[in-house]
Amino acid sequence: MSTNTSDTSDTREAVEATDVSENPSASELAAEVEALREELADLKADVDDDGTSMVIVSTKGTLDMAYPPLILASTAAAFGWDVTVFHTFWGLDILHEEKSKNLKLSAVGNPSMPMPNAVASLPGMDSMATKMMNKKIADNGTATIEELIEVSLDQGVDLQACQMTIDLMDYDEEDFYDGVTTGVGAATALQRMADADVQLLV
Amino acid sequence: MSTEYTVTETLDVQGESCPMPVVKTKGATDDLSEGEVLAVLATDSGSMSDIAGWAETTDGVELLEQEEDGDVFKHYVRKTE
Repeated sequence: MSTNTSDTSDTREAVEATDVSENPSASELAAEVEALREELADLKADVDDDGTSMVIVSTKGTLDMAYPPLILASTAAAFGWDVTVFHTFWGLDILHEEKSKNLKLSAVGNPSMPMPNAVASLPGMDSMATKMMNKKIADNGTATIEELIEVSLDQGVDLQACQMTIDLMDYDEEDFYDGVTTGVGAATALQRMADADVQLLV
Repeated sequence: MSTEYTVTETLDVQGESCPMPVVKTKGATDDLSEGEVLAVLATDSGSMSDIAGWAETTDGVELLEQEEDGDVFKHYVRKTE
């Protein structure tokens, strides 16, 4: 095929032309190698400095949905990762000092519950399911939400409370655990996510 | 496996479950000096995989040995830097 032939010859000419036109001296080559070495060192430093990082967006405030983000966050921090958990909507209740000790399990619409929805929707069922779950948590030696928040903060996890939701829910910044970051929004979360190695929505 | 190391500190997390064995192991190794060895006693069966995974992913620690002794899972971690 003629096109292919002409392509090949073009490439050859181009290579020869480059060789002739540049024909750099040894000192020019040495300088170029030095410049490339510096660039490589900078790039390596960038890669090494940036350890693994993770951002979790936590949107649910039921007892069962409060655990996964906190367990992953505290464990990732133990790995030495840089961790941010951005709490928004009902996820905010996890950081709310009072509400966090009172998170509920929903009996309705939970296929794992050993009862039909018609029964689960009766008054008192949510609190019964919550009581059962809390007992299981205690019996199993599973950490409480409060404990997980403490170890996360101790290890440097950035627990963030979405400012828009704080205002929406009429919460006060004082309502949250000490060490929780307030005054942040979607742009902060996105900026962290763009730089992160792991991003999760819970 | 023969024991060619001396245990410096022992961390007892028996009765505690995920993620506490790993989180507390990390905290305890932070307090060690280079070369010292931490023994971790756990009853969480997930700790066998979890502490191995943590040690492999984390710089500055090395998992020396893991053993099952009745209901107790024993982990030996050396601080390497």
